[in-house]
Amino acid sequence: MIFKKTKGLELQMDAFLDKISEAGIVFRRGVKNYMNKDANDFERHLEQIRRLEHEADELRKNIETQLYTQTLVPESRGDILALMETTDDVIDRATDTLSEMSIEGPMVPEEFRPGYIELAKSVVKAMEEMVKALRAFMRDPLNVRNYLHKVYHFEKESDRIAEDLKRNIFASDKLELSQKIHLRYFALHIDTIADRAEDVADRLSIYTIKRSI
Amino acid sequence: MLIMLFLSSGLFLGWSLGANDASNIFGTAVGTRMVKFYTAAIVASIFVVLGAVISGAGTTHTLGKLGAVDMIAGAFMVALAAAVTVFWMTKLSLPVSTSQAIVGAIVGWNMFAGKTTDINALTKIASTWVMSPVLAAGFSYVFFQLFKKILEFWKIHIFRLDAYTRIGLIVIGAFGAYSLGANNIGNVMGVFVSVAPFENMNLWGFDVSGVEQLFLLGGLAIAVGIFTYSKRVMQTVGEGVVKLTPQSALVVVLSQAIVLFLFASKGLEAWLLAHNLPTIPLVPVSSSQVVIGSVLGIGLAHGGRGIRFRVLGKIASGWVTTPIIAAGISFISLFFLQNVFDQQVVKTIDHTEIHHSIDIEVPAHG
Repeated sequence: MIFKKTKGLELQMDAFLDKISEAGIVFRRGVKNYMNKDANDFERHLEQIRRLEHEADELRKNIETQLYTQTLVPESRGDILALMETTDDVIDRATDTLSEMSIEGPMVPEEFRPGYIELAKSVVKAMEEMVKALRAFMRDPLNVRNYLHKVYHFEKESDRIAEDLKRNIFASDKLELSQKIHLRYFALHIDTIADRAEDVADRLSIYTIKRSI
Repeated sequence: MLIMLFLSSGLFLGWSLGANDASNIFGTAVGTRMVKFYTAAIVASIFVVLGAVISGAGTTHTLGKLGAVDMIAGAFMVALAAAVTVFWMTKLSLPVSTSQAIVGAIVGWNMFAGKTTDINALTKIASTWVMSPVLAAGFSYVFFQLFKKILEFWKIHIFRLDAYTRIGLIVIGAFGAYSLGANNIGNVMGVFVSVAPFENMNLWGFDVSGVEQLFLLGGLAIAVGIFTYSKRVMQTVGEGVVKLTPQSALVVVLSQAIVLFLFASKGLEAWLLAHNLPTIPLVPVSSSQVVIGSVLGIGLAHGGRGIRFRVLGKIASGWVTTPIIAAGISFISLFFLQNVFDQQVVKTIDHTEIHHSIDIEVPAHG
């Protein structure tokens, strides 16, 4: 009985992390579609990431309710909840960014497109390492560190790419200031996803110490 | 009815044992909300009573040999002296244990009755007080390392580990409660064994000896203590003093249960004797000090940081002060009971009865 409940929770937690990881892939493809002016695929990916976000939300609420109503993992449930909520911020940020691209339709000149694609790739790598660290936290806390440093690496990498992109945008003499600001806004928003992943990593590094027996 | 009045001091000791010492076993489990208080209280009560009735004879025998209190009024006062010592020293925030108080009180009775206390036996008993926390520290150090390795190897999911830990805390807690009952019932009822007028009887097809009836009563007093007063103590243990993870709590309870069991099990003693191994004296030890030893073991496994040696010093001082104070109180109050309340507390004051000395298990070597 107790193991059945536990197994169910384990599966839900795995499913939650799968959604986050999948959302990363969908986000990367969405940005690529947008930069390649592939409108149909872009909208399809936007739809897909919205669905993933919704499903992850449902799973998170479900797990939270079960942890509290059944007084499970009393020592670490606060930590687990905080981790899931911060992780939720990452997928929210990715969904909002694609959604804003769809609404605002920023005009991205040809020469800046590879920069955005590269930024999205780097951000998604940080997300993927974050998911690996989260999985390790659940089963194998000693291994968490191996992933955390990669999250930090890709977060820094993303900052660097975003900065280069912004400098190039503002150095350009073909664009209006309003256009530059609009483009910077998107570079900033994509980069923020990596910052949120870093927030999760920060929490993880503390909670992992607490988790050791 | 009068018998119950005389037993009341022992029952009070039992109540206080339940109120305080059950928290050594289930404190962290309840304090960290891994186990519900009522689950813990029911499991602890059942197993304390079982431990007391089934395996309580070993330590009681040893105490009986230290001083065979031969009048019930004397037994009443010896137990009361121990209870007062524990109550008074607790109030003064001094480290105290019932096991040490009762030994002091018995020695007080010996002094009053003019019987000689066998210093060898006393030393042997006192050595178990030192040995028990040290052993517990050793056990918990080893178990901690073992648990750590197991967790590293099996990579158990946090939710599943939670379920395993809960079950472990209850099962090992039950073993701990059994050992506590077996080891400490001697403190509660030991002095009454030779003087309580219980006849053997048949209860639902089981033969229950007089001693077992006495232990059952003591066990029930412990259970009442657990239900009426241990909840707050458990919550304090869980939240305060030392913060343990549920997994380290498991290690602490396991080491504690084993140590209490080692010092109480006649079966183990027989097995060791049969294999020509040195035996472990069957002596009531302080479960609180055993727990401190266990927690210390975990501290050592963490590299020895944050161990407060002053606390250890304080405990060691209790090994000396508690029996002395208890002996003093016991002696004086026996005097009052005999001369003011006109109760016979000693059957025969016989200064020649020196040979009534103690032959606590001499380790069989070779």
